Amino acid sequence: MASARVPLVNYLRLEPEPHLLAQQCRSCGARFFDRRNACARCGRNDFREIPVDGRGELKSFTIVHRAAPGIPVPFVSVIVRADDGTWVRSNVVGCDPTPEAVNLGMRVRLTTYPIGADDDGTEAIAFGYEPA
Amino acid sequence: MAAQIASDSVWVVGAHMTRFARFPDQDLIDLASESAMGALADGRVTVGDIDVLACGSLFEASGAVGQRLQKQIGQTGVPVYNVANACATGATAVRTVMMAIGSGEAQIGLAVGVEKMGKMGLLGGATKKEKQVFEPSGRYGAVTGVDGYLGTATMPGVFAQAGMAYAHDHDGVGFEQFARVAYKNHLNSTLNPLAQYQKEFSMGEIMESPMMSYPNTLLMCCPTGDGAAAVVLVSGERLASMPTDVRRRAVKVSASVLTSDPFTEDCQVQPDVNTLTRNAAAQAYEKAGIGPEDLDLVELHDCFATAELIHYDNLGLCEPGGAGEFIDSGGPFRDGPTPVNVSGGLISKGHPIGATGVANVYEITAHLRGEAGHRQVEGARVGLAHVIGLASACGVHILEKAAA
Repeated sequence: MASARVPLVNYLRLEPEPHLLAQQCRSCGARFFDRRNACARCGRNDFREIPVDGRGELKSFTIVHRAAPGIPVPFVSVIVRADDGTWVRSNVVGCDPTPEAVNLGMRVRLTTYPIGADDDGTEAIAFGYEPA
Repeated sequence: MAAQIASDSVWVVGAHMTRFARFPDQDLIDLASESAMGALADGRVTVGDIDVLACGSLFEASGAVGQRLQKQIGQTGVPVYNVANACATGATAVRTVMMAIGSGEAQIGLAVGVEKMGKMGLLGGATKKEKQVFEPSGRYGAVTGVDGYLGTATMPGVFAQAGMAYAHDHDGVGFEQFARVAYKNHLNSTLNPLAQYQKEFSMGEIMESPMMSYPNTLLMCCPTGDGAAAVVLVSGERLASMPTDVRRRAVKVSASVLTSDPFTEDCQVQPDVNTLTRNAAAQAYEKAGIGPEDLDLVELHDCFATAELIHYDNLGLCEPGGAGEFIDSGGPFRDGPTPVNVSGGLISKGHPIGATGVANVYEITAHLRGEAGHRQVEGARVGLAHVIGLASACGVHILEKAAA
């Protein structure tokens, strides 16, 4: 029986292929991932949805060894600049959590993975980046 | 002499800070009272002289801390502004009094910053919710907590990423340069009896201490703690009528600036601690009519070693892109061209959040008066105090020794 899947956040779309969906200001082009009241750059309020390029460059990272209770450590937190200029906050997965394995400027691509199921068996799907 | 004091100038005449530490036997108002009364006595004024009180405290922001302070040291009926602005809370209290005096509504004001954090532990980052049914909620439609899945919200991690972004863009910056910042500040704190920690650590000890969030190890992170600081500010007009020994020790506030984040492309996914600091510094240098090369000392917001390094560049203390070389060449050490955080900084002096931005002004004032004891920067005439709180708020104050 195929269990239901939900994305961890609603700007992650699982179909047809996993991708991120940004809200782009029609006036100035600024991109956001959250529900917007208006544009933080120009103040106007007219957005369109735009898929974000899944490829990008690792602009910064940290390897988190201490986090709040219940959060598995270590993990690699990253800031990625997608090739279309969109900035994304995420984790790098499929890579040792060591400074030797993670490199600034590294090419990465979007990936998804399950993070667990709720009481109804619905599985939450997170996104991360893996070395490209 | 008095005729030389510009009436629209603002001066520090009293300053005080408690030691930063953990004080289980003193409550928040004990600490605030000690500093407030200390600053009043230092300025040879009484609570009855004060026209306005601004009180900064972050974790009791809704607790009328200013009024509770008045109930211990003097209920005079003057306006009280309780302020909270993340780690810039104390600087915001100073700025509030500056505005009150600048507007002509007050002649003498008291700014107090106080915090009691105890052993609060790691700040930022949410405990994972053990949610049993995945339902989208909030502005991102998250079905469960995202901290740890979509990056980190912990403070050591967020500031680590800010430092590593600088390392991405500039050569000569890495783990060792960040560690050297902490080495310097721990070393500086051994001369400051008010610092929470007063212990020197070797580079090896710093780099091998427990990793919090690479590249920030435990000894590269500020501690939580308790403390208070206060300053008495007066208008130039009021200063002119004050006793000679008060005028002699008065320190001029040449610039007082508060900024928030302008929009930048990446600020939606990571705090941009750079742009608002650069904007605040530019405004402050312009107002004061000086440049970074004129600074004899700087107290800047080294909540983490990674943060201090990037602020060398943001405040113009080094060549653009040259923060790594600046620390490696000894530039910000106490015997270097621009001593930074001779107090020990947040890393070693401590960071009781509401007190920090006032304590930085206290520190600069002490040096400009030549009263900083063993840690005195000899001949200091101009200093800059910088704080930044996430979300974000940046306060910059430039103080000058000036004949009054």
